Amino acid sequence: MSHTDLKVKVWRGTDQGEFVEYLVPRISNQTVLDVVTYIQRKLDPTLSYRFACRVGMCGSCAMTVNGVARWTCRTHVSKIVEGDSLEIAPLNNLPVIKDLATDMREFFNKWKGAVGFFKGDQTRHDDFAKVEPQSEERQLANAGIECIGCGVCYASCEVVEARSNYLGPAALNRAWTLSNDIRDVQQIERLRAVAGDAGCHACHTQGSCTERCPKAIEPTASIAGLKKLVARAAVKGSKWGKL
Amino acid sequence: MSAAVFQAKLWYAQRISAMILGICVAIHLIIIFYAIRGGLSAQEILGRTQGNLAFALFYEIFVLACFVHAPIGVSNILQETFPNSGLAKPISWLLAILISTLGTTAVIGVYSGGSL
Repeated sequence: MSHTDLKVKVWRGTDQGEFVEYLVPRISNQTVLDVVTYIQRKLDPTLSYRFACRVGMCGSCAMTVNGVARWTCRTHVSKIVEGDSLEIAPLNNLPVIKDLATDMREFFNKWKGAVGFFKGDQTRHDDFAKVEPQSEERQLANAGIECIGCGVCYASCEVVEARSNYLGPAALNRAWTLSNDIRDVQQIERLRAVAGDAGCHACHTQGSCTERCPKAIEPTASIAGLKKLVARAAVKGSKWGKL
Repeated sequence: MSAAVFQAKLWYAQRISAMILGICVAIHLIIIFYAIRGGLSAQEILGRTQGNLAFALFYEIFVLACFVHAPIGVSNILQETFPNSGLAKPISWLLAILISTLGTTAVIGVYSGGSL
């Protein structure tokens, strides 16, 4: 082993398994994804992991690195290495398919459960909808729309850990951006879907999602927006009707 | 009313009661600091509170805010800590009954001076 080697412990197995140590040459500007790719290509081709774009757009390469969920393609080893050690595990709060690849179905099904998809009532024959860029709704939506669906917030959330039916920060953030989309026609259905203890009202406002979001989105703020919107709609009614 | 809408209303009730509690606790502490200057006996407390409707009303509002606020929080904690135990509802209701009964009894006690 050269003194520039990294000691990398990688989770092998499914929900049951163990950490296996690999020695990976240290090079400058190396990302955690580079490390995992090196192991798979040079040391152990049976290692399973997931990635696609390598440039922080697709949201598929998130893993738990030294105990913290991160996007691995844009995480430099130099920023997080502890001595010469790295520990790489799959994301928390999701079933492990194998090694570093998690089953994201539940994560994305919860987006659907939060009515986290757009539905309009215009056709191609109608004129373009005019959304004022400076309007409050557009500004609020802007704050949350850059989500890449990586699951880092979901894996970092303690409420997701405690309540298996909790929709989670990403789904609720998407619901919030759509609540501020004046073209969308499912507003009441969405408010009903995100109300209560499976939805926004379970959030403890601990802010782990906001702390760890690689796109610097603040799901905590989005969820706080939903809490107010939904609670008011439940008590007084909203501009879309009463819950 | 769906369960989710009921939970949203509970959340709202807990927030509103927290605002009331914030004010009540501040006033309560200020009164304590003011009243204990130079020592304080049970007689002196009763001397101030007995027959004083403002005191009684203030502390009953305090009790009602606790009655709303604490059981909702305890229920959430129990639900998350022991998800399948079924403890959340009975324990939070028990707490609600205890807070309202003991609190109101105390308020009546300091208002009437024990004569009721």
